[in-house]
Amino acid sequence: MTSAPARIILICSGKGGVGKTTLTANLGIALARLGERTVVLDADFGLRNLDLLLGLENRIVYTAQEVLAETCRLEQALVKHKQEPNLSLLPAGNPRMLEWLTPEDMQRIVGMVAERADYVLIDCPAGIEEGFKNAAAASREAIVITTPEVSAVRDADRVIGLLNTRGVSPVQLVLNRVRPRMMASQEMLSVEDVTDILALPLVGLVVEDEQVIVSTNRGEPLTLVDNGSPAARAYQNIARRLRGEDVPLEDPSKARKGLRARLMNRIRRTTGLF
Amino acid sequence: MTLFDFIQRLLGRQKPSGTRAKERLQLVLAHDRSDLNPELLDQMRREILEVVQRYVEIDLEEGDVSLETEDRVTALVANLPIKRARPLPALVNAAAAAAPPRKSPADASAPSSDSESSPGQGEEASPSG
Repeated sequence: MTSAPARIILICSGKGGVGKTTLTANLGIALARLGERTVVLDADFGLRNLDLLLGLENRIVYTAQEVLAETCRLEQALVKHKQEPNLSLLPAGNPRMLEWLTPEDMQRIVGMVAERADYVLIDCPAGIEEGFKNAAAASREAIVITTPEVSAVRDADRVIGLLNTRGVSPVQLVLNRVRPRMMASQEMLSVEDVTDILALPLVGLVVEDEQVIVSTNRGEPLTLVDNGSPAARAYQNIARRLRGEDVPLEDPSKARKGLRARLMNRIRRTTGLF
Repeated sequence: MTLFDFIQRLLGRQKPSGTRAKERLQLVLAHDRSDLNPELLDQMRREILEVVQRYVEIDLEEGDVSLETEDRVTALVANLPIKRARPLPALVNAAAAAAPPRKSPADASAPSSDSESSPGQGEEASPSG
């Protein structure tokens, strides 16, 4: 194949539960639907969940560890998504396995995968220990995802520092679980607050959306079903921005432009009501 | 938001929590990024004040040595209002005490504003990862 080298993107956050795996699954599907050959790699083999979000939990037979041990071929370990064949999942390992992968193992397996993909998305484990170091060792660029909460932003800052010292670049930011009303009444860190503090370019804003839970229950990422929910659109826009498309970012806490809306925002800011 | 919070805010007694969140984060990140724990920072603050006080009288109430952070660069910022310069003999003694083998820099030009308080401020910045 004579295409450009694959983009190898780490998806990380430091703190757990901020939406790494959901972003990986949705971004993977969105990129695949745009025609990119995409592989999502679950680097968290102790507590793997990417298979569950993609609805592929019953189809995993082999993992990266068998590929590295040469007990199976890479094609056997890659689980192709039924509805979206441009997307494959590769779990790093089996939860029962005791020995850890090394950074070199991770680089080898990602190198193999990258030969047959346009995008490799690595779903990083929470924390900044071995799992993070392994995943970061194999990545060229990164997306840090955080929520507008003090603990998530603090942990994201630690991770950004570590990525900078490792020379991972570019590092871009996704702000997840944005609540426009709370932001408008200044009862939540604003979009500017977070981008000021972390000093990263913003590649996506995802509003809090109940549809994310529904889609997780079904194992069908939002970007797959295309129901036009706000989060689905946000994930699709991130995919388009990654490919270099100029998709404007709109701060949802300032989105309503009418006179009445502006007045309401004003009242909200001064009183904190509504 | 509770009614109590609402009244507090109407009276201007309470900042919105988002603003508090940003202030708290900036402070904690300045420490995280510099890898200095509060005790070490306090020790450094005391030692800096000690050194500065050998040369000038500073207003300890107003003085402030802290870490500030902007665009991922952390800086040590000292804001020390100077009451007045130390009289010359004290300066010589201090210098001699600090560096005994060297000759006393008695000729060094020292501002001799005795009664007037000069509200100068020193800034010291050292970027760190």
